[in-house]
Formats: sequence, C-alpha cells, structure tokens
Amino acid sequence: MELTNDKLTDMFTRMVRIREFDERAGLLTEEAKVVGSVHLYVGEEASGVGVCSTLNDDDYITSTHRGHGHLLAKGGDMNKMFAELYAKATGYCHGKGGSMHMSDLDLGILGANGILGAGAPIAAGAGFACQYRGKGQVTVCFFGDGAASEGAIHEAMNLAATWKLPVIFVCENNLYGEFMSYNSQHAIDDVSDIAQGYGMPGVAIDGQDVLAVHEAASEAVARARRGEGPSFIETKTYRYYDHVGRDYGVVPRPPEEVAYWKSRDPIDIFRKTLIERDVLTDASADKIVQSVRDDVEAAIKFAEESPEPDVSALLEDVYTEVTA
Amino acid sequence: MADEKKKGTKFWQAIAQAQAYEMEANPEVFVAGQDIEMGALWSTASGLRERFGPERVRNTPLSETAMAGLAVGSAVAGMRPVVEIMFVDFMACCMDQIVNQMAKMKYMFGGKAKLPLVIITHQGAGTGQAGQHSQSLEAWFAHIPGLKVVMPSDAYDAGGLMTASIRDDNPVIFITNKRLLGLRGDLPNEAYVVPLGKAAVKREGTDVSVIATGRMVQEALKAANDLAEKGVSVEVVDPRTLSPLDSDTILNSVRKTGRAVVAQEAVRFCGYAAELAAQIADEAFDYLDAPVKRIGGPFSPVPFAPNLEAEWIKGKADIIAAIEEIVPVGAPA
Repeated sequence: MELTNDKLTDMFTRMVRIREFDERAGLLTEEAKVVGSVHLYVGEEASGVGVCSTLNDDDYITSTHRGHGHLLAKGGDMNKMFAELYAKATGYCHGKGGSMHMSDLDLGILGANGILGAGAPIAAGAGFACQYRGKGQVTVCFFGDGAASEGAIHEAMNLAATWKLPVIFVCENNLYGEFMSYNSQHAIDDVSDIAQGYGMPGVAIDGQDVLAVHEAASEAVARARRGEGPSFIETKTYRYYDHVGRDYGVVPRPPEEVAYWKSRDPIDIFRKTLIERDVLTDASADKIVQSVRDDVEAAIKFAEESPEPDVSALLEDVYTEVTA
Repeated sequence: MADEKKKGTKFWQAIAQAQAYEMEANPEVFVAGQDIEMGALWSTASGLRERFGPERVRNTPLSETAMAGLAVGSAVAGMRPVVEIMFVDFMACCMDQIVNQMAKMKYMFGGKAKLPLVIITHQGAGTGQAGQHSQSLEAWFAHIPGLKVVMPSDAYDAGGLMTASIRDDNPVIFITNKRLLGLRGDLPNEAYVVPLGKAAVKREGTDVSVIATGRMVQEALKAANDLAEKGVSVEVVDPRTLSPLDSDTILNSVRKTGRAVVAQEAVRFCGYAAELAAQIADEAFDYLDAPVKRIGGPFSPVPFAPNLEAEWIKGKADIIAAIEEIVPVGAPA
C-alpha cells in the first residue's frame, strides 16, 4: 500500500492518540475516577497502528484485555471510550463492558476480551464468514505472548490453516505475561516459530517500527485477500507499565532492559523518521500532540458529564428479542 | 404391526430435515462439526453434504474450542452457524466460548452484537460408554444468562425446535438424548416451528403433574400409561426449552393437580429439576397437597458395567414409585 504523507501523518496521529489516551486512563484509575482496572498499551503503539493501517472498515479484528490501542488504531471514538471507562450510559457498551470489553462492531471490532486467547477462535469464525462471502475481507487476531500459551490460539491457528481462512495472527510480544517474563513462560525465542508447525508463514519483526509492522502486515493481508490463507506476525515490543494500571513496581524489571526499550520508543522513532522525510516538522508534530491532548481532555469532560446507565438497563440486552 | 412401527419420521431425521429447510431458505446457514460431512455420528446432518455441498457442510478438526469459536465469530459477522459438538461431555473442552463469549457478547458490547447460532450436542447414559460419554449436563448451560437451552423429547418437537433455534438471533444450545434419536413421529412435509420458551402438556391428567425433561418425558408417559390402569390420572408436562422457561404452563398444571414430581436423567444434586421444584414451592405452595418429589441420577459418574449403569439410570419405575408416595393408589385425591 502506497503511504502518502496524509496516511503517514494519520498513522502518527493514531499512535499519539493511543499514548495520550492510555496515559490519562492510567492516571484516572489511580484517582479512582475510572471504575475497575485498565491494561495499558503504552509502548506498543506501533504494533496496533502498523497492522490496522493496512485494514479497511469492513475488515474484522479481535482484540485483547489490553485493547484500547487496537480500538483507537482502527478509528475508535475517544468520547465513547472514556465514557465506557467511566461506566456511563454514553460509553461504547453503555456502561456494561468497561475497559476489557470495549468494542465497535461498526468498525469490525469483535471485542476486546477478558479471556486470554479467546479472540483467536472467534477470529477464525469471522475469517470463515469473510471467506464464505468472497468479498476479500480479512480478520486480524491480536494477542499477546502470554496468550500464546493458551490452547485456543493453537486450535484457531490449525483451523485457519486447514481451511485457508483469511486470518492474520498478530502476536504482540511485549515480554511479559501478567508479571512474569517471557523467558519464564516459553522455551522458544520467537513465538512466530509456531507458525510453521501449523503450515502458515510466520515472521518476527521489530514492533517498535511502525513502518516495518505496516510492511509485514501489508504482505500478510494481501496474501489473505488473495485467498492464500493465514499468516503469523510476531511484533517484538515492550509493555512500559505493569500488567494492570501504571507502574506499581510489583516485580522490578532490569534497569538496562527498561532503558533499552525506552530508547526505542515507537512514537519517537516514527516522529524522527517523519521529520527526516519532511512529512512533519517539530512544530507540526507538537501541534498534533497538543491537538490530541485537547481531544483527550474534551473526551474526559464528555465522560464526566454523561449520565450513569439507568437501573432499568440491568436486564436489557441479555437476549436479542425475536420478532419471527 | 411391524409396518405401524416404521411409520413416521425419526427424531434424527427431523433434525436433519429442519436444517435442510433452513439451509434452503437462507444462504447464511451453514453446518460444521466432526464427521458432519458423512451426516454426523448421530445422523442428525444426514444428506446435507450431498444437497448443499462442501462450502456449507464442513468437517472440522477435532477441536471443540475452535469449533465453538467458529460459531461465535461467524455469527457475529452475520452468518447463522449450526455447529455440532458430538457429545455434551466434550462441551467441557469449549466452555469458555460458550460461557464467556457467546453468552455475554451482546450484553457486554452494549446490545449491539447479534449471535444467531446453534450448538447441537447429544447426551445421556445407557450406551455403555462410561463416565466421559454419558453425562447429562443441561443445567450447566441453563445457569448462564444469554444462552437459550433446548431439550426436545420427541421427533416432532426436535424438528420444530431446531427450526426455531436456527431462526433465533440468540445462541441456542440444542441438546438431544442419544436414546431418543430413533423415536418416530408424524411431521409436516414442510418447515414448521415449535416456538422456544413454550412448554407442552404431553398428556393431560388430574391427580399429579410430572414435569420431566428429555428422555424422562418418555419415561413419564410410560408411567402414566401404567398408572392409568390403577386409576391414577397423571399429567405430563415437558418444558422443551429449559431457558427461557415457560413457568406458567408448569405452575398451572401443578395448581390443577395439587401434586408434583420433577424428573431428570442428570445427577439429581443441583440439577435442573431442583429449579423446577423451587419454582413450584415459591409460586404454587398453597395448591400443594403433598411434597414435591424429585427424581435424578445418583451422585456418581455414570459407571461402565451394564448392571451398575442400569442401577444408575432412573426411569419409569422410579417415576411410578415417586407418584405412589404422594398419590394413594386406589384412592386418588
């Protein structure tokens, strides 16, 4: 896909939106303004944006408990997202889902998901619908290195490969599952090694470089649209904060590890590239960041001023009313 | 006499026919499962592959989580899957997709998702298959808001409930009892609906109501026949849909007869019949002339040895014994 300056700027803006959204979401949790807990995507922005930059509105994605970034990468509405975090009636799920279930079916987002790996079989199912309809749609399944240990991922990969479904499995390896390091959970260095065992191409790429992610995803998406079946992409990235919320230092990480990854911040890298390519200037990049911050504050205001769900909504939408 | 027995359509044929009618009418309907291309182990997909081809009638890997996810993902993306899980026992392998995904997606997403899917599965003891191929687990699913649970007891209901299940926009767990699949019934020569959420009075009576599910409906009807000869008039009520439950039909029957026996094949402890007994106690206590009797399996896995399995399975004799405890034979109330 040709990346125009507008498209590059849009990708940069989406990455900034994710960063600013989740930084504020983390703070708001600490202030107890946001109900429950949030799993922050800070540090992983290039992965979601790089992949979603290759998708159309009618392509599907399944997301994870760490799903704010995927939703924003595919074009999610910050007002509805903050309102959902605030458990308000105007939120994406009318206050019935919260952080872990924010979805926008109109954007093809079949859920964030509180169960690790559960999105993968659902992605296979949506992939089958894409294949059956034959309109060239694809489905992306996002999951983490932790979920790569779940059986659901493996069952879904086998089904997708056997049926040649247009599904792209994107494993965002952020080096931690819960508070446990990647190496304590897996015997292989690259999760993408499992792809070969299921008969699909797999690559491990630099997940901090949004252009590298875009390129790998473009290839996998094109292959899926051509009817040649699923692919596997492992984006090597880093979870800046703890499993849940911001940095509580529950399990301290090696300082040199943190320093290395922060020196490879995905937004810094992309900003530098765009300035070098004369797509942005320092001033125009700053302007984008400021504009996103304004949007975030406006969305928080919208959420704070929104009503709680009416108690009568408790029993609504358990079932779809049948008209037949 | 032999010819008489061959009349009508078998339970499994009724299910296959219902799927065929819906596949004919709606290109979004497809069926998938293990051995589904050969018509499914229990023949409930007989003839579909020949008629509708490989795009819509598909063998899956032996992979229940992927199969249930196939149903969820394709349904939320606009199709109407019917996925078979060969034995209800195997549902244990895919309970996340059933309980956490399909049942909750609509509610958790603020009402937007639609999940028109059917999981058909088969249960029950009496086939010498021991502990992992013989259970009755309907209560697991009935306990979960967001699922509909269907349990037909005869061929006519099986066909009509399958049609209604495929047309329903909610996830439906459709559970047969393996030993009922050969039962015959008279069916229309076209698609027909037995609506979900409507119980049926399978036999009218005045002395006692037996509210039974699945195979126990047939056992209750046999018990009612035998007891009629002793002058006891038994009403047999079949909920047919366990969730949503048509409580009114059940409660009206009990208010009429004043006595109730609730019967299931599943393990008695914490079973579905306990819910029926509780609703009767809550809503019809003043009409009761005797305690509610409850029939279900012993608190053990289903055993393998034929003599032990025969001891495990409850049936007609147990229903008669329960009725005789609360209706004095020879002196009906």
